Amino acid sequence: MTAAVEITGVSKRFGDVVAVDDIDLRIDDGEFFALLGPSGCGKTTTLRMIAGLDFPTTGSLKIFGHEVGTLPPNKRPVNTVFQNYALFPHMNVLDNVAFGLRMQGTDKATARSAATAAIGLVRLDGMERRRPAQLSGGQQQRVALARALVNEPKVLLLDEPLGALDLKLRQEMQGELKSLQRELGVSFVFVTHDQEEALTMSDRIAVMDEGRLLQIGTPEEIYERPVNRFVADFIGQTNLLEGTVEDGATVCLVNGARVAARSDLTAGTRIALSIRPERATIHHRDHGTGPDAGSAVDGEVVAVTYLGNALVHRVKLDWMEIEVREANDPDRPRFAVGDPVTVAWDPSAAALVADR
Amino acid sequence: MTAVGGVTQPRGATRWLLRANTWLVYGFFYAPIVLLVVFSFSGNRNVGVWGGFTLDWYRDFASDGNVQGALRNSIQIAVASTVVSVVLGTAAALALERFTFRGRQVFDALLYLPIIIPDVTMAVMMLLFFAQAAELLGFSKGFGTITLSHIAFNISFVSVVVRARLAGMDDRLEEAARDLYATRWQAFRHVTLPLIMPGVAGGALLAFTLSLDDVVITQFVTGPGWTTLPVYVFGLIRKGVTPLINAVSVVMLLASMALVALSLATQRVRGGQDAIDARVGPDQGLP
Repeated sequence: MTAAVEITGVSKRFGDVVAVDDIDLRIDDGEFFALLGPSGCGKTTTLRMIAGLDFPTTGSLKIFGHEVGTLPPNKRPVNTVFQNYALFPHMNVLDNVAFGLRMQGTDKATARSAATAAIGLVRLDGMERRRPAQLSGGQQQRVALARALVNEPKVLLLDEPLGALDLKLRQEMQGELKSLQRELGVSFVFVTHDQEEALTMSDRIAVMDEGRLLQIGTPEEIYERPVNRFVADFIGQTNLLEGTVEDGATVCLVNGARVAARSDLTAGTRIALSIRPERATIHHRDHGTGPDAGSAVDGEVVAVTYLGNALVHRVKLDWMEIEVREANDPDRPRFAVGDPVTVAWDPSAAALVADR
Repeated sequence: MTAVGGVTQPRGATRWLLRANTWLVYGFFYAPIVLLVVFSFSGNRNVGVWGGFTLDWYRDFASDGNVQGALRNSIQIAVASTVVSVVLGTAAALALERFTFRGRQVFDALLYLPIIIPDVTMAVMMLLFFAQAAELLGFSKGFGTITLSHIAFNISFVSVVVRARLAGMDDRLEEAARDLYATRWQAFRHVTLPLIMPGVAGGALLAFTLSLDDVVITQFVTGPGWTTLPVYVFGLIRKGVTPLINAVSVVMLLASMALVALSLATQRVRGGQDAIDARVGPDQGLP
């Protein structure tokens, strides 16, 4: 199958700044794909290159098999939902949505009826005559969506489309975007710095940092098996226990404790063990409930946070502090600040990540 | 009227001081104008001496062939120089705001020159330039030379006004237009131009006024038969001031007020359309 978007060896330099550094990326047709990373990581530049708003310095960029490297944006079968929407303030909703079709030479009546249908698709019926300034943020977002979708793009690009919305509206729009994408079967390429948003919505995620692509995978792969420290830390919360590989089954932590961790890395490689707070359990040390010493560390509770549905314990180890999050279960023992405890985990729940 | 959020009404002495200051400013601005208008109806030949109400000076103005000719010249030059400088000034503003190119900063600095340098300097430059050019190309001074000079300084003013407007415009709008299949020209025509129109109109108005107004430069580069109204008025003063000058000034004042009112009115029409749109409820469909 031809990829919707195929990026090979693409770099983008602005003067001396390397915004995107030699990335390879393949986005399948019908996929909900997220470009995730902190601001300045190159995700927006990557999106703009797909849109044609920036051209790659080197490398090849194909849309459905056609090389589009330096094709202007008006000659590409993609449309963009811009950050802050970029709606035309001097046009009403109907003319905004009909703009793309009009520019392609569609006659006014046909363009208007298609625009009206698209406005219906995003559930803004009756708003056709409003100006963008007379709409709420959520409504503007929908207009931007309709304005792009009315052109039936082969790939829809979205640049932090939900960034300007408040939490409740954002969650609502996440669901709507996702179902819209399923309904249309078009690939959505979605830029976000919000890891939770990327996890909830995407089929696959590409994590970027400093212009480089660090990892591509399903949300589960990215969360469960991050390739390095940065990815582990950026996606969700995690505890990173530094150490060195001792052999194929053991890691020596910085305090000298040996814990079980499978890897095929050579002995002596510096790594970090990523343990998610919800994957660790906490036990009273003196009760000797006996968690396997091969996947446990001793410490002392320094803070307890009650979250209603969960309890978060901060535990001070000899060399660092870690967090343990447990469901609020009345049958579980309670811990107080100062209690000596053992924090344990299932060896399979600890991911070995490159220490960089 | 309710106070806008966060704005408090001044109280006590502050309030009276502010009020006095307001009237002082108004007086400073408008007293000379009022005086000018009043004395344009004065029956005495000496400006500043009231000689009973008369419309003679306006009648003189209407029948004086020299004044009429000068006015016609002024308007022709103002229209021509405004049209050309609006096109070139807007293009310069777009180039400076939207593109990076070699020599951009130099061009930027040079563009401000006509605003900064004194009129007399500019006038002498122009005179010298046209004297040389006339020798080479063999043309005479008049409409062409005045219009060219006015274009030379108006481009700067237009581009400054248009640039201010462009700077306030989100350039993502143009990108959005391009993304929606508009060519560069279409993006300019359908998105950029309508959005900077108030700036372009403002620049045009400014250019028109400056051209109508100019005495110094015009006087240096004018030729036989191409006396403009301000240059003519200036000449009259040398012969002795009569309230005819007042009448001419009042007419010019009214004309410029009409221009400002016109530009405000065109902007109000847009605002009015927004208000209409706002009143159209979600239940109402398209016409």
